[in-house]
Amino acid sequence: MAVIDISNISIEFPTRRGVLTAVENLSLSIEAGEILGVVGESGAGKSLTGNAIVGLLEPPGHVTAGTILLNGRDITHLPESEMRKIRGAKIGVIFQDPLTSLDPLYTIGRQLTQTILTHKKMSHAEAKARAIELLNEVGIPAPEQRFDAFPHEFSGGMRQRVVIALALCCDPCLIIADEPTTALDVSVQAQIIDLLKNLSREKGVATMLVTHDMGVIAEAADRVAVIYSGRLAEIGDVRSVIDAPKHPYTRGLMDSIPQIGQNLKTLPNIIGAMPRLDARPEGCAFNPRCAKSKSICRQQTAPLIETGSDGQWAACWAYEGGNKYV
Amino acid sequence: MANFILYRLFQSAIVMLIVALISFFLFNFVGDPISNMVGQETTVKDMDELRQRLGLNDPVIVQFGRFIVDALQGDFGISYRLQRPVEELIAERMPATLELVFVSAIIAIGLGVAGGLFTGLKRSHWFSKFILTTSLVGISLPTFIIGILLIYIFAVKLNWLPSFGRGEVVDLKGGWSTGLLTVSGWKAIILPSITLALYQTTLILRIIRSELLEVMRTDFIKFARARGLKSRDINYGHALKNTLVPVITVTGLQIGSLIAFSIVTETVFQWPGMGALFIQAVQFADVPVMSAYLILVALFFVVINLIVDLLYFVVDPRLRAEIKN
Amino acid sequence: MKDVSISKWWAGVSDHDVTYSFLHSPVTIVATVATILMFAAAFGASFLTIYTPFDPGSLELREAFMPPAWEQGGNSEHLLGTDGQGRDILAAIMYGTQVSLVVGILSVLLSVSIGIPLGIIAGYYGGWVDTAIMRFADIQLTIPPILIALMIDGITRTTLSSEVHEIVAIPVLIISIGVASWPQYARITRSGAMVERRKDYIAAAKLIQTPTAAIMVRHVLPNVIGPTLIVATIGVAVAIIIEATLSFLGVGIPSTTPSLGTLIRIGNSFLFSGEWWITFFPAFTLVILVLSVNLIGDWLRDTFNPKLR
Repeated sequence: MAVIDISNISIEFPTRRGVLTAVENLSLSIEAGEILGVVGESGAGKSLTGNAIVGLLEPPGHVTAGTILLNGRDITHLPESEMRKIRGAKIGVIFQDPLTSLDPLYTIGRQLTQTILTHKKMSHAEAKARAIELLNEVGIPAPEQRFDAFPHEFSGGMRQRVVIALALCCDPCLIIADEPTTALDVSVQAQIIDLLKNLSREKGVATMLVTHDMGVIAEAADRVAVIYSGRLAEIGDVRSVIDAPKHPYTRGLMDSIPQIGQNLKTLPNIIGAMPRLDARPEGCAFNPRCAKSKSICRQQTAPLIETGSDGQWAACWAYEGGNKYV
Repeated sequence: MANFILYRLFQSAIVMLIVALISFFLFNFVGDPISNMVGQETTVKDMDELRQRLGLNDPVIVQFGRFIVDALQGDFGISYRLQRPVEELIAERMPATLELVFVSAIIAIGLGVAGGLFTGLKRSHWFSKFILTTSLVGISLPTFIIGILLIYIFAVKLNWLPSFGRGEVVDLKGGWSTGLLTVSGWKAIILPSITLALYQTTLILRIIRSELLEVMRTDFIKFARARGLKSRDINYGHALKNTLVPVITVTGLQIGSLIAFSIVTETVFQWPGMGALFIQAVQFADVPVMSAYLILVALFFVVINLIVDLLYFVVDPRLRAEIKN
Repeated sequence: MKDVSISKWWAGVSDHDVTYSFLHSPVTIVATVATILMFAAAFGASFLTIYTPFDPGSLELREAFMPPAWEQGGNSEHLLGTDGQGRDILAAIMYGTQVSLVVGILSVLLSVSIGIPLGIIAGYYGGWVDTAIMRFADIQLTIPPILIALMIDGITRTTLSSEVHEIVAIPVLIISIGVASWPQYARITRSGAMVERRKDYIAAAKLIQTPTAAIMVRHVLPNVIGPTLIVATIGVAVAIIIEATLSFLGVGIPSTTPSLGTLIRIGNSFLFSGEWWITFFPAFTLVILVLSVNLIGDWLRDTFNPKLR
């Protein structure tokens, strides 16, 4: 059984000019010990999906359809009091900017013990021991001394390690990492990615790695889901998606990444831009930018279709004959 | 830490010196104090004598030096209008003003913080909307109108509370007269202190609310929620504590303003304080009283600013680190 | 660039989001209507009322202390009653509102015309110019405007004879309030100018050797003036309150050309003897006027620049 199993969820924002569907009919699941990369442009809906799982959608946004199962338990519409007990305990969240994720007025030790004591019954001393163990685990040198330090006394990379320690406080089974490396230097990025990989391998944590950086995905993820304009475009094993992308959008995305040794005069790019949520075209959202667009693409949204035997699926009419996901 | 305090004290001393200079120059070289002091039948000889006695014929530097030395000793000269030492007049009236400001400050901080927290944390509650609407009406009501209204309702119509004065006062050691030890004194201070506090209450309420709304949007609050912390811990531990720096600043300034705004309240309620003394001084161009009052108000502000600085220090570890280096 | 920023601003103003927000805020609509009516009544006073309450020749002492028309002893000729000298209260309020509005608006114009240039200069140049201007502003900000206005008024009283002072009372008051309130406009303008000066189009303008003054007036000013003007709306309400307070304290507008504050002061002494209407109606008008202006200002701020709260 997958740790997290999202099926057919839609997220909508009612506005006075009509309802905006930010995420539509999206399904994905993550197994224990697996890292699923979720890629897409900003505004594609990848962060919203992460927020929806932990029940932190900004009002008026809300889940209007579909189910979210955590270890088989339906958590789609849990009341806030129940959801609060899951956040931080079963699901750890890591945000983009480590510089702003920590409360500047409290020591990191205090923030760690507060989180532990919120979810676990233990003494303050036990919580402190656990916090120091966590700091050690995420690679903070001399954790006993650093326990009483304030966030501003850490570098960006170290702060992101503290953030990860906070997310790991109560041994969660799922980690949602929302652009965890975007705000960091390249060398620090690699360290954080390694840390996330190790945690997932050693502790069997399922990880949802939200990013727009294909390099990070290639480095860390086992599988990858590509989201375009709120819909799943393609999902599959990371190597097959990168080496043999099936959806025209994914293909365009891969072509636009420069490769070492490649000798190009111009970098290929995809003509046009992702449509705004309130101006999404009929049919496949990508059709105005797609060179192989057919008439059905302009009329009907394509279902996810299995494109090979290795569990790769693409929402593209080009594979019409294959198995359809329901 | 000690360096920081010394540095701040040095800064405050400079501010005070500038204020002293301004008040000295403005009031010693604007207009002729002598002609404002004396009746029409005074002879030129009498006027010259008075001029000599007040030291108005000395060189400017000497006058300013004397002004500073005297002021440091608490000597602010003789009131033109009342012909009495200014420090005596002020000492008589200071307790009334400070007691009024003190009670008002407690009301303003108490109501302002409570209202700000409620409206900031429960944005869509009907009572929040009610408080906000009332607070807008509150800042649209000039202080003197609130005073008149309260007098009309509680003194004229209901006859519950006195409309003017301090009630019965008790003289304490050191020349301090207090109204806070008698029932009639407490009755007398209710209306003026509410009047004085109302405007500052709305300002404190609004700043706390808007700061809270701002902090609630920050990443660390989002992250705190994502860690499943209890909303009580998030609201009062993380959010409120992070609003404290701006809130302390504004609250400090507002309490400083109370002493200036007490001019209006004291006039409406015929409260025998420094504000009423100042207004009479303005109307009669009583220069020594005006300049002493200006210096006193500046001193009050400087002291409050010092306290505010020290409070920052307690609240924010980043400032502590900055000062260490 | 100027055209772009102005047209951008206009696009913001005429965007139908604003119209929508206005039409869905009944409070703002009522406040706007009330403000327009009060402006009309104030500035059209000489056409709208037959009384000339501040012409000493027209006073009718026989008609003194008449209550409002609906009270016993009232008369429909004096709808809101008369004061101790037989002046029609309604007419006095109309003329008084005119004085209050003139003082309020002109003093804000003065504050703005001091604050905006200083703010732009401070924000654009930065460095010691900025430090000097803003330190001064900070010090002045800690002293309540009403105290500064009182001081300025006190000084002019000391220097001028009482006859001269009476004649120049209104300009002196406008200057006092105007000078007392400039720092907040300088602050807002400065923060805008600091953002603007780092932008590429300013660098481009410098590159083609546009004079600094021209850059500030043509490029920086149009981009920073919006938020300042929104705050200025609320500033008018504040200025009206300060003027009324000073007049109430007897150091503002003299009773020969009374403002609302002067009328309240005059009426206040009759409150205890039961002639409540002499002070109530001017006070009520003042509150409604200030509240309406505040409501419009609040709405403007929330709609155009939610970050200013």
